[in-house]
Amino acid sequence: MTLVDFLEKLLARSRKGHNTAKLAKERLQIIVSHERKQSSPDFLPLLQQELINVIAKYVKIDKDQVKVELERSGDCSILELNVTLPSSKMEMENTA
Amino acid sequence: MAKIIVVTSGKGGVGKTTSSAAISTGLALRGFKTVVIDFDVGLRNLDLVMGCERRVVYDLINVVNGESSLRQSLIKDKRTENLYILPASQTRDKDALTKEGVERVINELRNDFDYIVCDSPAGIEKGAMMALYFSDIAIVVTNPEISSVRDSDRILGILSSKSRRAEQGMDGVVEHLLLTRYSPERVVRGDMLSVEDVKEVLAIPLLGVIPESPAVLRASNSGEPVILDAPSDAGQAYADAVSRLLGETVPFRFIKPQKKGIFRRLFGKAEETTV
Repeated sequence: MTLVDFLEKLLARSRKGHNTAKLAKERLQIIVSHERKQSSPDFLPLLQQELINVIAKYVKIDKDQVKVELERSGDCSILELNVTLPSSKMEMENTA
Repeated sequence: MAKIIVVTSGKGGVGKTTSSAAISTGLALRGFKTVVIDFDVGLRNLDLVMGCERRVVYDLINVVNGESSLRQSLIKDKRTENLYILPASQTRDKDALTKEGVERVINELRNDFDYIVCDSPAGIEKGAMMALYFSDIAIVVTNPEISSVRDSDRILGILSSKSRRAEQGMDGVVEHLLLTRYSPERVVRGDMLSVEDVKEVLAIPLLGVIPESPAVLRASNSGEPVILDAPSDAGQAYADAVSRLLGETVPFRFIKPQKKGIFRRLFGKAEETTV
């Protein structure tokens, strides 16, 4: 090993070892903010409200009877919409 | 009515069981009637860390299944007054835990205790979900290391969406960060994430910083929660964390490198553990 080789190795080593904590923090901030976006989409509450509005045009429903959930499993996401309609008897009473 | 604390992390090996043992012992030492429950069904270890492994007769799953009463299954700690342990089953798997069963156990404990400490298994599977579901307070145990911080962030997301408090639209679970295996010397060298770094990423209040310490291994070797090793750095750090959990303001210790004297410089190396 020549002297130049040795000096280069030393330099590379010190560069590599230079504040890896800072690097870790930067990587963390990126991945964490990315994963936070994925886990709870911002549009979900708005979507739920609009769905309620649309359904309410046609059927008399309780706000609490509409459930919107986004489930992630592997590569795909499943948007689950659950609407509980009032029984027809109740509906007749309401319209009467 | 007991407060329910979950000790959780996502990642394994960061110190959940060590912290559960220390904090539950600390709460009992302060006069609160406390029970600590091991939720790591199939891989129980809290009994070893608490030093009661030879006194386990019935366990959490037996109570959930109605095969034993709570009174039969609770182990009274021999050293610390006011402290009880509910061990996990070693022979079943985590599917033996049901939400209804766990709820029944917790409701029964609630009237008799001040604190219920739930020691979560690693991961985000059934056992971990059951441990955190009923919690009022979460202690998120994190190492100053990227994979641990990322997993803690994931757990925080689950706490705010899948816990009972989240599902029922109640006030959220109160979250605390407990940073463990901290080495101020390595932080100064730029080799380790600092307290501030981790706080900034996770954005939750800091409950305590437990230094990397040989006292922790000594404690688990002998089956005594490390908080009982009162002169040790880790023991003091856990005692501080318990005080903060009870609402007291305590300055943080062990977050700056110690100034080493000549003897420590010469002979201190042997005490240090490498990760």
